[in-house]
Amino acid sequence: MTRHQKEIIIKNVFFILSLVSILVLGLIVVFLFREGLPVFREVSLRDFIFGMEWYPTYSPPSYGIWPLIVGSLIVTIFSSLIAVPLGVLSAVYISEIAPPAIKEILKSIIELLAGLPSVVLGFFGMVIVAPWLQETFDLPTGLNIINASVILAVMAVPTISSISEDALYAVPNEFKEASYALGATKFETIARIIVPAALSGISTAVILGMARAIGETMVVLMVAGGAAAIPESIFDSVRPMPASIAAEMGEAPFRSGHYHALFATGIVLFLMTLAFNLVADYISQKFKEVGSATL
Amino acid sequence: MTRQTVSGAMKRRYLKQHLFFGAVRLSAIILTLALGGILFYILVNGIQVISWEFLTSPPTDSMTKGGIMPAILGTLYLTLGAITVALPLGVVAAIYLTEYAKQGKIVRAIRVGVNCLAGVPSVVFGLFGLGFFVVFLKFGSSILAGALTLGIVILPTIIGASEEALKGVPQTFREASLALGVSKWLTIWKIVLPNALPGILTGSILGIGRAAGETAPIMFTAAAFFTAKLPGSIFDEVMALPYHVYVLATAGTHIEQTRPIQYGTVLVLVALVLGIDLIAIVIRSYMRRNKRW
Amino acid sequence: MENNHLDTEIIKTKDVNFYYGAFKALTDITMNFEKRKVTALIGPSGCGKSTLLRLLNRMNDLIAGARVEGEVLFEGMNIYDPEVDPVEVRRRIGMVFQKPNPFPKSIFNNITYGPRLTGTANKSDLEALAEQSLKQAVLWDEVKDILGRSAMTLSGGQQQRLCIARALAMKPDILLMDEPTSALDPISTAKIEELIDELKKSYTIIIVTHNMQQAARISDKTGFFYIGKLIEYNATEKIFTNPDVKQTEDYITGRFG
Ligand SMILES: Nc1ncnc2c1ncn2[C@@H]1O[C@H](COP(=O)(O)OP(=O)(O)O)[C@@H](O)[C@H]1O
Ligand SMILES: [Mg+2]
Repeated sequence: MTRHQKEIIIKNVFFILSLVSILVLGLIVVFLFREGLPVFREVSLRDFIFGMEWYPTYSPPSYGIWPLIVGSLIVTIFSSLIAVPLGVLSAVYISEIAPPAIKEILKSIIELLAGLPSVVLGFFGMVIVAPWLQETFDLPTGLNIINASVILAVMAVPTISSISEDALYAVPNEFKEASYALGATKFETIARIIVPAALSGISTAVILGMARAIGETMVVLMVAGGAAAIPESIFDSVRPMPASIAAEMGEAPFRSGHYHALFATGIVLFLMTLAFNLVADYISQKFKEVGSATL
Repeated sequence: MTRQTVSGAMKRRYLKQHLFFGAVRLSAIILTLALGGILFYILVNGIQVISWEFLTSPPTDSMTKGGIMPAILGTLYLTLGAITVALPLGVVAAIYLTEYAKQGKIVRAIRVGVNCLAGVPSVVFGLFGLGFFVVFLKFGSSILAGALTLGIVILPTIIGASEEALKGVPQTFREASLALGVSKWLTIWKIVLPNALPGILTGSILGIGRAAGETAPIMFTAAAFFTAKLPGSIFDEVMALPYHVYVLATAGTHIEQTRPIQYGTVLVLVALVLGIDLIAIVIRSYMRRNKRW
Repeated sequence: MENNHLDTEIIKTKDVNFYYGAFKALTDITMNFEKRKVTALIGPSGCGKSTLLRLLNRMNDLIAGARVEGEVLFEGMNIYDPEVDPVEVRRRIGMVFQKPNPFPKSIFNNITYGPRLTGTANKSDLEALAEQSLKQAVLWDEVKDILGRSAMTLSGGQQQRLCIARALAMKPDILLMDEPTSALDPISTAKIEELIDELKKSYTIIIVTHNMQQAARISDKTGFFYIGKLIEYNATEKIFTNPDVKQTEDYITGRFG
């Protein structure tokens, strides 16, 4: 074998192995559908998505996941309301304002926050946040939307903060200099030049943060309360899709309608996060092509 | 120029700046307090439970007493298995993407694939592991199925970190080697990889930390509520720290009674995961300071 | 010319030393800049021209570890006095950079960025100001129909004139220009040189250039710098025909630098 042939073989083997990610993504789709689609022998797609009743163990069972979808969306939206300002502001602080030493410390703090296992955060929500909410607001349970949203926000902030920070950092220095030279204050430069220039990156960060929140399992499983109904207030319990899957898969008989319905719920969840990720990827790709001033 | 008669308009501009800086600092304080509060609370409550015996003995009395040794062991098995799967695959993919691939449709597709894989919800990985490894490949709920699933979970992390590390190796290193007539593969093997190694290492360590803390991917693929015996082969189920926390905190009738064990387990899990992360952070900052180029 | 002091001088440095951390980039610079004149700063790369220029509107404040000694008197007032707000200084002393740096915004929003900060909010005022500044920068005819288009779509020469217009919109007293044509083609360069000639009727211009013909063509006075020191400061004609210092002559005639 010549050296040249050897090089070509190595290159091709590496190429094939680098396709594993795509292959796995494909397999995920195949196996979700394989185990999920049979549910549609029992329920129409329309009734599955928009059905208001999730009684998978009744006879006859009813597989409507609309309350689960609503639960997922609600905790995602409320957690974003908390996580987006915290994440973006902390990113601005790190990239534009903080002195170098504080900057390093804060970056480590955010990284450690990102590293906290979700089951630990869920546990914290159960034993600290829930009793506190219950007492303070005199509620039947502290396991509810607001609790789940706060804890999910803690999980989403590191994603939002670190990606936003990269985007802010990438804003060319020339823009900042031009702004200062025109007599802008630091705040004006940040608000009118730096943040707008980083906006697509920040949007990507926010979307990925939301994707993180919508797909997060243990937190919603442990602190959202588990009620499969459309909530009426932020103190109501909900049962987001991941919680439903994780809680029920253990008891659902193998290849029963319930089992297939949970896989089908997984399909919906997967497609939603996939959409979030593709949008984020699209935005960040466009952003790369704009870049700084060219002559 | 007139001596500093700060005009009203200027005052208003600086007031806005003050308010904004205040908000920005507040956000940093909140995050610091969140992490500090959580860690402090876990430490204070967990430390009383931790003892040599707690770490080295199995649970007893229907898990209301005893230690967590099988769960620690199970997490180690699963995590080591995951990194064994993900590290070679991830590094090879990163090498292909940075060293060989020409920018084009396929590379773009691989990148999008990696990004999408990184965004797949952990419970969906669990479902996939169940459908593919447990059912289709008939591994059953086992260390093997769990480790493979976790390996897939951390694959994008490893690819990303390795790519970053490879890109950080200066182009001149490669050119110098190639100019001496050294083949591309040997250049990668002898020059590029050794220089990228610390970065790859950091990424892998972070991946290990992530794998150790994940619950949903192993729920249906590997984790057992309770095992009487330690696993004898990779086809056995195992207990795992995160799942143990979940089980004790939510299932069963002894939730209050087992609180101390829960705190202890949480502390061990957090110490393990953040300890791993800290090692990575320290290696990285050490690397940055001693960068040779 | 020196007899009526206050009328002719607008900004001057007095015994200025400048440091980047431990590195001393400027030594004992004492220099008067005259009102409504073009002053050129020349010298080999790295001699401190940009540093001096950025010191005149406190842009160097933005660099960590930078330190100034001495005084910079702008209309008799030391701009490094702790009481002085650098933001106010920069509003009155505009700057054009080596590489055109329009904001990634529309042409109109580039011009009106500064005035809006200082409180001009009325749309017709802003429009009038934009037209006036663009006319001053001789760009109006080229962009009057595309004011809403991104500034990034302009050519390099147009971008640089836009940056000049943007600085002029603040109605500054002084315009600092750091090699404003070094990134441009000859035609754009000629346009900007013409522009400078026109602008000096109403503005004081201090321009860094590495192009000696340019300095000779457009400036009234020239300062020659070498390794952080002001070697010679004289009328441009004198510098280029009969300099007092040998080093200056060597540089001008291309014997080094
Ligand atoms: N931000 C900075 N930090 C440290 N040193 C600098 C910085 N900017 C310039 N210098 C140094 O100061 C000296 C003068 O630089 P500069 O004023 O840019 O020169 P010129 O514009 O004449 O080419 C050079 O030696 C340069 O390396
Ligand atoms: Mg310069």
